[in-house]
Amino acid sequence: MANGKIRAKLKRSSLYTFGGCITPQAEDADGPHQLQGPGYSRAVFCNQPQRHQKKPYKYVSNYISTTKYNIITFLPKALFEQFRRVANVYFLLAAILSLTPVTPFSAVSMIAPLAFVVGLSMAKEALEDWRRFIQDMKVNLRKASVHKADGVFAYKPWMKIQVGDVVKVEKDQFFPADLLLLSSSYEDGICYVETMNLDGETNLKVKRSLEVTLPLDDDDSFKNFAGTVTCEDPNPNLYTFVGNLEIDRQLYPLDPTQILLRDSKLRNTTYVYGVVIFTGPDSKVMQNSTRSPSKRSRIEKQMDKIIYVLFTLLVLISIISSVGFAVKTQYQMPDWWYMPPDDKNLYNPDKANLSGFYHLITALILYGYLIPISLYVSIEVVKVLQAKFINQDLHMYDEDSGTPAQARTSNLNEELGQVDTILSDKTGTLTCNQMDFLKCSIAGTAYGLSASEVELAAAKQMAMDLDPQDHDFERNLPSNNAGFNNGRSNHSSEIELERIIRSKDENHHKPVIKGFNFEDSRIMNGNWSREPHAEVLLLFMRILAVCHTAIPELNEATGSFNYEAESPDEGAFLVAAREFGFEFCKRTQSSIFVRERHPSSKEPVEREFKLLNLLDFTSKRKRMSVIVRDEDGQIFLFCKGADSIIFDRLAKNGRMFEGATTRHLNEYGEAGLRTLALAYKKIEEADYSAWNEEFLRAKTSIGGDRESMLERISDMMEKDLILLGATAVEDKLQKGVPQCIDKLAQAGLKIWVLTGDKMETAINIGFACSLLRHGMKQICIAASAEMLSQETKEVVKENILMQITNGSQMVKLEKDPHAAFALIIDGKTLSYVLETDMKHQFLNLAVDCASVICCRVSPKQKALVTRLVKEGTGKITLAIGDGANDVGMIQEADIGVGISGVEGMQAVMASDFAIAQFRFLERLLVVHGHWCYKRIAQMICYFFYKNIAFGLTLFYFEAFTGFSGQSVYDDWYMLLFNVILTSLPVISLGVFEQDVSSEVCLQFPALYQQGPKNLFFDWYRIFGWMGNGLYSSLVIFFLNIIIFYDQAFRKGGQTADMAAVGTTMFTCIIWAVNCQIALTMSHFTWIQHFLVWGSVVTWYIFLFLYGMLSPLVSGNAFRILIEALAPAPLYWITTLLVTATCNLPYFAHLSFQRAFHPMDHHVIQEIKYYKKDEEDRIMWTRERSKARQETKIGFTARVDATIRQFKGRLQKKHHASSSPMSPV
Amino acid sequence: MASEERSSLSAGVESHRAPVRSGWKKAVHQFKQQNLPACKPVLTPAWVITTYFLIGVLFIPIGFISLRASMGVVEIVDRYDTECVPNSYKSDKVAYVKDMSVSKNCTRYLKVKKRMKAPIYVYYELDNYYQNHRRYVKSRNEQQLLHGLRYNSTSSCRPLELNKGLPIVPCGLVAWSLFNDSYSFSRGAEKLNVNRKNIAWQSDRDHKFGKKVHPFNFQNGTLIGGGKLDSRIPLSDQEDLIVWMRTAALPSFRKLYGRIEEDLDEDDVVIVNLLNNYNTYSFGGKKKIVLSTSSWLGGRNNFLGMTYILVGASSMFIALVFLLLHVKSSRLPAM
Repeated sequence: MANGKIRAKLKRSSLYTFGGCITPQAEDADGPHQLQGPGYSRAVFCNQPQRHQKKPYKYVSNYISTTKYNIITFLPKALFEQFRRVANVYFLLAAILSLTPVTPFSAVSMIAPLAFVVGLSMAKEALEDWRRFIQDMKVNLRKASVHKADGVFAYKPWMKIQVGDVVKVEKDQFFPADLLLLSSSYEDGICYVETMNLDGETNLKVKRSLEVTLPLDDDDSFKNFAGTVTCEDPNPNLYTFVGNLEIDRQLYPLDPTQILLRDSKLRNTTYVYGVVIFTGPDSKVMQNSTRSPSKRSRIEKQMDKIIYVLFTLLVLISIISSVGFAVKTQYQMPDWWYMPPDDKNLYNPDKANLSGFYHLITALILYGYLIPISLYVSIEVVKVLQAKFINQDLHMYDEDSGTPAQARTSNLNEELGQVDTILSDKTGTLTCNQMDFLKCSIAGTAYGLSASEVELAAAKQMAMDLDPQDHDFERNLPSNNAGFNNGRSNHSSEIELERIIRSKDENHHKPVIKGFNFEDSRIMNGNWSREPHAEVLLLFMRILAVCHTAIPELNEATGSFNYEAESPDEGAFLVAAREFGFEFCKRTQSSIFVRERHPSSKEPVEREFKLLNLLDFTSKRKRMSVIVRDEDGQIFLFCKGADSIIFDRLAKNGRMFEGATTRHLNEYGEAGLRTLALAYKKIEEADYSAWNEEFLRAKTSIGGDRESMLERISDMMEKDLILLGATAVEDKLQKGVPQCIDKLAQAGLKIWVLTGDKMETAINIGFACSLLRHGMKQICIAASAEMLSQETKEVVKENILMQITNGSQMVKLEKDPHAAFALIIDGKTLSYVLETDMKHQFLNLAVDCASVICCRVSPKQKALVTRLVKEGTGKITLAIGDGANDVGMIQEADIGVGISGVEGMQAVMASDFAIAQFRFLERLLVVHGHWCYKRIAQMICYFFYKNIAFGLTLFYFEAFTGFSGQSVYDDWYMLLFNVILTSLPVISLGVFEQDVSSEVCLQFPALYQQGPKNLFFDWYRIFGWMGNGLYSSLVIFFLNIIIFYDQAFRKGGQTADMAAVGTTMFTCIIWAVNCQIALTMSHFTWIQHFLVWGSVVTWYIFLFLYGMLSPLVSGNAFRILIEALAPAPLYWITTLLVTATCNLPYFAHLSFQRAFHPMDHHVIQEIKYYKKDEEDRIMWTRERSKARQETKIGFTARVDATIRQFKGRLQKKHHASSSPMSPV
Repeated sequence: MASEERSSLSAGVESHRAPVRSGWKKAVHQFKQQNLPACKPVLTPAWVITTYFLIGVLFIPIGFISLRASMGVVEIVDRYDTECVPNSYKSDKVAYVKDMSVSKNCTRYLKVKKRMKAPIYVYYELDNYYQNHRRYVKSRNEQQLLHGLRYNSTSSCRPLELNKGLPIVPCGLVAWSLFNDSYSFSRGAEKLNVNRKNIAWQSDRDHKFGKKVHPFNFQNGTLIGGGKLDSRIPLSDQEDLIVWMRTAALPSFRKLYGRIEEDLDEDDVVIVNLLNNYNTYSFGGKKKIVLSTSSWLGGRNNFLGMTYILVGASSMFIALVFLLLHVKSSRLPAM
């Protein structure tokens, strides 16, 4: 057997955890499960996989596939996906009809662009699916050690594993399928499992095999092993399992503790043996994976509406032209001797109605250019490129973990620019979920000099209250220039903040011990022994080192220990104990070993504490105790728990430090720290054995009340404690969170915090990140525990409703415009609020409040709150979180952002965007969101413009051809129009446009509001663009027609035929739409220049080359450029005239708007353009402070509030002292 | 603050990568960070006013020049379709034109109001004639025009594809309805030569209409349309056909008939002897004969010059309005 394995002396340790020994048994009493009926049909023949090769026991293989398509289904399925878009169906119909004689165009000119567009989209799909396939195959080809025969194990790829196989999994490997645990390297058959990929929890879970399978602990023992499992059918419940194991005709019940789930990892255990029960798609994790709902951005939905508008227009003009055609055919065509009726009824005066109907189809195809065929594909290309840029952004790259930002879907880029409300998880999102041991109070003395974030924030505020504001304010007072003043004071306060933050950052660089941020020379480095209550200190540190359920892991590199703890607090305690000189180094089933480094002796002494009992932590008990026997044979009970609980259980003589400790605890609480109190008691041998007997009896008792019995007995022991002190750990805020929140608030975003934590902690964190501040009126909505337990539901509801109404009244009656409210609600109350119509009142109140904090909310409630905000306000919501508990919220919100940090990948897998840290959210929204929104909005508007400008000229021409469906352009011009000639410039607009640079976006967060207000894609703007398209089409068509219609167009006397008129008109269109896009853009790199002007050049090149082809191909366009048009000055002069005339009105609109009704970004562009920001710092700062969104949360709001307070005081002083002087 | 922090961060990133970065790598980096050097034109009042002003300055002269060129063109237009019908047929013009026995000769007198310099282009102008109708436009076959009888899948020409089982060359409605009025001119007794060569595009003659393709089986059937073709002359030399086959964009169009290569003086009277063969009576279209000189811009077309002047003037006007508004309420301290 492997060395260094932890061998238990007891065959079976029941001490391990309190919870562990309770769970399995409630069902024990009933013996084996009665498994009958549907849902319990599965039978697994252990170690006999061959029996699973034919029906009815043939189950799915362990091959998993997350791909959407396979080789056979790809074509039909992907095609189906493509043709779910209305526009594509239309183009498909048009393409099919283009094979019939009704078509106005040649078939190839209809089919080619459709094939191109659909092909491109399908290629993208295929590529994405291929990536998924590769990922799947990586998993499928992982190797696992499987029993072959006669006790020989060999490696097999995961996909070959079958139900019934016996698998051996080694340390730090993933389980290849859902396994039934048979035995482990530990003699009592336990193993530790990390389920991070399943539920995001980082703590280890204990699994335990059945006693009957314990002997199967080496390869050989599987030679003759056989057994049958009957169990439930595959289902997605991670925490349930019902089944029986039959060995030698004996039935043994199975429950979730014996099941090892696929995708979880074996930890701290050398190996386990297990038998495969559920494979591949049957496994719980695969059953659990729901495809995240596909989200579409609002802009795209609105775009669909525009497409419908255009369809209507299309149908309308088609009907007009087919009626016109029918009339012409019926009444005039008989007179046209040069056009006798044809044999297909397409042009038959006798059957004019039929011909008219055929013509309707023709017209529907002909005017199809109103609908941009390449719109979807262009948008898709643009979004993918935008997403690439988001992924590439170095400013959103986390150097510590090496993770870049990741746009997991490119559908929602522009939605990022329109967010109204952010719903944020707390733990792991705002905070690091890393606890730092910061302070402690031992024996009534407070130790620990480091300041918490909250204290720093308070200090900052204090500093602002006193120092800089004073100066600034008084100094600037005489100038009596409010705007100026404001700017200055803001500016200086920012500098002040920066200084504090920087000094804090410097602090941070010093200690590198994770979980430990404690500074106090009085007890560090063994100095504790010289403190007055050295023996109390000693006990305190021992409790830290002994009272826990963690497992040590030797770090080979440093020689010190890391700890696998259930909660990060516990880890912080152990690290603290280690730093104090009490290094927990080994845990066996019955003992805990601590290396104590006493100042008296140089070498550390290893002490063994016999672990007698472990009374586990539950949220109900709020405490945890261990009973240990030290090397001197003394029995101790060490206890840590919530202060209120511990204080209730103190002995009379144990209250020595109660007063001082309580005071310290209050201080810690205010500083936003998590506190626990530590206490101990000595137990006499006799008392212990009496109690233990009772305890053991309770534990082995059978029946439903066992749990309460155990609790009662534990309770008996955990009393008459002696208080030692208290600890304070800090749930550290992530880097840059307060600043980020400040900027987001200035950008006009509302931030809700939804946390599972308790109210106090949540409020503390609220303070730390400036969501709350003093002077803010807090509206707490909570139903007390007594009320919840005693009163009926109706009474509780009424009470809550009253609280909400009161809150609303308070907000309504508030006169002070600067007053800010904070709404705090807890999960219990929320559950009442959410299930009734009260929720709308709640929402109304919440919308009026500056910040909203919901505490103690369950994952489901998070999703419900998100839905409430999303549907109630109709605004766009963004949910950000990191854990499995945030998945619901992330999927429910319009945009889900996952933090790809410590806790698993669940949130990231469900998210639309993944970032490494909360602070990157600022850049993601304010820079990329803003850009993407404007890009997409402008791009879509422009798309419609250009297609209307082009499509309508076809319609006008119809009127001159007797509505016959003849187009004035060559088929190839039309084909290239959407696909090549105008698509690249618009893509460059969508990918590269920047109204202002990223720095400016960040400096002027209020610019962001252009998105939520939807200034660039409202119907006014859309119709404006359409109107512009209409105007352009009129100008292009009629100017050309009037100039060319009967006169010679060149010196040689030739008149223009249809090809010449069409080509000139088309040239005008190309120029007009490309100049238009150039006017739209405000940011030209060489790429834009290249693409825009390149498109124009491409047109001429195409025309030239097309003209060089055989006349059989090019028809009347043969040599048209070189022979007919280019030598004619009229051609060029017309192009110039038409282009200018098309663009002048837009240009005028643009310049007038800019000059007389400028939008924010216009002003900033101008300032930047004139380099005012460099020359005139004051003006720049003033503009910056003006460009903030009115907000009541965040740093800046805090500062402003302080200034107001100060001004108020000053005013009073002025009034009091010198009444004749005019007040400020 | 946050941005400060960031910029220092990015500065850190850059500084440690900067030394290894060549020009190309730097460009790629800038591209990925969306930081490429860019020109960011801003429509400042100065720019706007200058632009409008420049457009005005550019367009108005162009307008005047084009107007002048167009004014220099002398044009005589004469509608003859009604006048050339004998009085007895006035009530039924269609019968007149269909009656083969009636002489279609007609004489018109055109007075030259202004001196016309050679070359003087002779056009015929038709009206209400849908040469751009889809059915008409499609009814031709490029292959056959180039390769003649060697090419025989000419279904697009129906119903003028075959006659008595034999293919028609050139097939289709366009060729079939060839314009067949003819004109001859004289000034007093002196005959004016009309040059009917080089009225079609060079490329059409060389590459689209076969040099060895002769009209075949044309206008022999029951359906008699427009003009007939001399089957001895290859298509590439039948320039009136080539011109006709270039379908016009609008229902009212002019086509080149020929050139008079002599100057006409003011007050000259040109006598046109024409054969009024072509039937425009059944659909009520007009027929005109046009004599016109040409300028570097082509024919007489005042519209272009006027539009240029109009656009230029409104541009100037906007510049002025903008300037005034700007002076009155200057948003920014400086221009």
